[in-house]
Amino acid sequence: MQSKMKESDPILEVENLSASTDNLPILKGVSLTVYPGEIHAIMGRNGCGKSTLSKIIAGHPSYNITKGDIKFLGENINSLEPEERAQSGIFLGFQYPIEIPGVSNLEFLRVSTNARRKFLNKEELDTFDFEELVKKKLEIVKMDHAFLSRSVNQGFSGGEKKRNEILQMALLEPKIAILDETDSGLDIDALRIVASGIKKISNTQTGIILITHYQRLLDEIEPNFVHVMADGKIIKTGGSDLALELEKKGYEWTDNFVKET
Amino acid sequence: MVKENLVKDVVKEPYKYGFVTDIETEKIEKGLNEDIIKLISQKKEEPKFLLDFRLKAFKKWQKMKEPDWASLGYKKIDYQDIIYYSAPKQKEKISSLDEVDPKLLETFDKLGIPLTEQKKLSNVAVDAVFDSVSIATTFREELAEHGVIFCSISEAVKNHADLIEKYLGTVVPASDNYFAALNSAVFSDGSFVYIPKGVNCPMDLSSYFRINSGDSGQFERTLIIAEESSSVSYLEGCTAPMFDTNTLHAAVVELIALDDASIKYSTVQNWYAGDEEGIGGIFNFVTKRGKCLGKRSKISWSQVETGSAITWKYPSCLLLGEESVGEFYSVALTNNLQQADTGTKMIHIGPKTKSTIVSKGISAGNSKNSYRGLVKMGTKAKGSRNYSQCDSMLIGDQASANTFPYIKSQQPNSEIEHEASTCRISEDQLFYLQSRGIEFEESVSMMVSGFCRDVFNQLPMEFAAEADKLLALKLEGSVG
Repeated sequence: MQSKMKESDPILEVENLSASTDNLPILKGVSLTVYPGEIHAIMGRNGCGKSTLSKIIAGHPSYNITKGDIKFLGENINSLEPEERAQSGIFLGFQYPIEIPGVSNLEFLRVSTNARRKFLNKEELDTFDFEELVKKKLEIVKMDHAFLSRSVNQGFSGGEKKRNEILQMALLEPKIAILDETDSGLDIDALRIVASGIKKISNTQTGIILITHYQRLLDEIEPNFVHVMADGKIIKTGGSDLALELEKKGYEWTDNFVKET
Repeated sequence: MVKENLVKDVVKEPYKYGFVTDIETEKIEKGLNEDIIKLISQKKEEPKFLLDFRLKAFKKWQKMKEPDWASLGYKKIDYQDIIYYSAPKQKEKISSLDEVDPKLLETFDKLGIPLTEQKKLSNVAVDAVFDSVSIATTFREELAEHGVIFCSISEAVKNHADLIEKYLGTVVPASDNYFAALNSAVFSDGSFVYIPKGVNCPMDLSSYFRINSGDSGQFERTLIIAEESSSVSYLEGCTAPMFDTNTLHAAVVELIALDDASIKYSTVQNWYAGDEEGIGGIFNFVTKRGKCLGKRSKISWSQVETGSAITWKYPSCLLLGEESVGEFYSVALTNNLQQADTGTKMIHIGPKTKSTIVSKGISAGNSKNSYRGLVKMGTKAKGSRNYSQCDSMLIGDQASANTFPYIKSQQPNSEIEHEASTCRISEDQLFYLQSRGIEFEESVSMMVSGFCRDVFNQLPMEFAAEADKLLALKLEGSVG
């Protein structure tokens, strides 16, 4: 099955990527390739660099790439602005979605959706057409219409914020979605809603990277690959069984891999 | 859709109202003395009571000192180096718009304020003021059918002298402050509005003030009277060319609302602000005050202050009538080296009076933005209430924001509530919006509009869109 997938070109290639913030090295040579239809999970202790990796792929200005390349659909995107990456189809689901007082969620979603549509040479949507579209997408994450009239993420519960992230993913239809601890802070019901949302949105043409600490999200969405990160590097890659083993043995077990590498 | 495109379009534009109209003007010599005041009064063929009003004000002004309590720093103004009357030359008496110099009509066309019959705005009556004189007022006949008087104050002096004599200076007396005294002595033109009893003005009224001349000051005077159970919405816009000298603008606005009357006064102030090094720009020293004279009367100020090198302005309400209501909604944005010291005074005199203050200050660049407000409950203001909310937003790390709320209560049975906050646009918020494909500049303007939403909601619709555009334009290049 895997070899069949690889007949197409990769969506994302991270090649020997090193990065730092305030001269402090965070990533120390990460390589990762995602093909269409693949789901990758990245696991690891707090501070191992998994969130940093996701932010760097999305173009966060606080990090400097010191070595290596990020390629998206074959093009080097090291120097692209975050908005250019987003418009071309890279989506980052935030671990802690940011509150933006005064900016209506509906308007935010519409402007964002239209930025992506413009890139795809699709017609931009006016408020009425967008209303139609967003109504359908709301069903995917079982969100109430009332969320739209509130300010972006302001006063949202943890679960509501995460569902709002998946709603954005549904509207933007990205080529690759990097979901940073989307499962953290969710109760079982919310986790199921979020997981089924992700499954509905993804297809054979999209790639997904799930960053998580826990097996429970991976019970809902089975990954093709599991990568374990430690100290800014991927120290082990395996299939979905690797996550199960990790769940059983704990991260202490992976400390041995660090020593080996 | 439309709105966001506009924002995108304008962020790259420089100050687009900075042109000068090349027109022959009639100016008097520089300087200020009794003879100059007599000359202005004579040019305007004024009755004696008005000349006396001016001369009395001038005497008071001479004894007064320029205020220095505001949080502003600027070079001393030389009042003898200013021309106090400047008017485009035109025929003696103009009976219709056809006789107005086409260059003037063209100027207002360029400013987006077409005046001619064919092109005039369909739902707003406009009084266009160019330097010291009113050029034209549209829709006068239509308004007259409703008994509404809307004309320049010079005409009102001629045709409605009784109303002028009765009300002029009753809200802002000449002795009120230094700049009000100066204005009372030398004011040239401005707008006059009279809404008769029981009439809801059928359209918005608007004045557009244009400074064209670099060395003359503009001293306009506006007087609005709303009789019992009447209502009016009035809009004011201002622009000026780019000169490397500072031009003084000292206006006085007086509003009077009788029983059950309501006046809504909205301003978008976009005088030339000076360049990035702080060279040039308008010195804007304005006294605006409304008197809620009648029971259940209401005066609402909303302002978007984006221009001027210096802004010194406190639109206020005197709440005399029982259950009268005063409101102040303000957005003040400063960038580069602009300085603004603005706010309001809500003086509760009558019982059960109510006031609301919502102020949003945005400081970018090296600018300085202060809110200064007074809420006073008099001895008779039993059961009165005030709510104030003053928020500041800082953009970059060189700008400053201050809040100076003054509260004086002589009435234990009254409520005063004050909330204040300061925030900064964070890198994380910007990254979040950008990571959803929204351009950097648009992300900033979205957040700024969001911050100002409570105030924009109070503006008439066309004005709200205009204000949104203006803010985006003013902030261009100020972040990052």
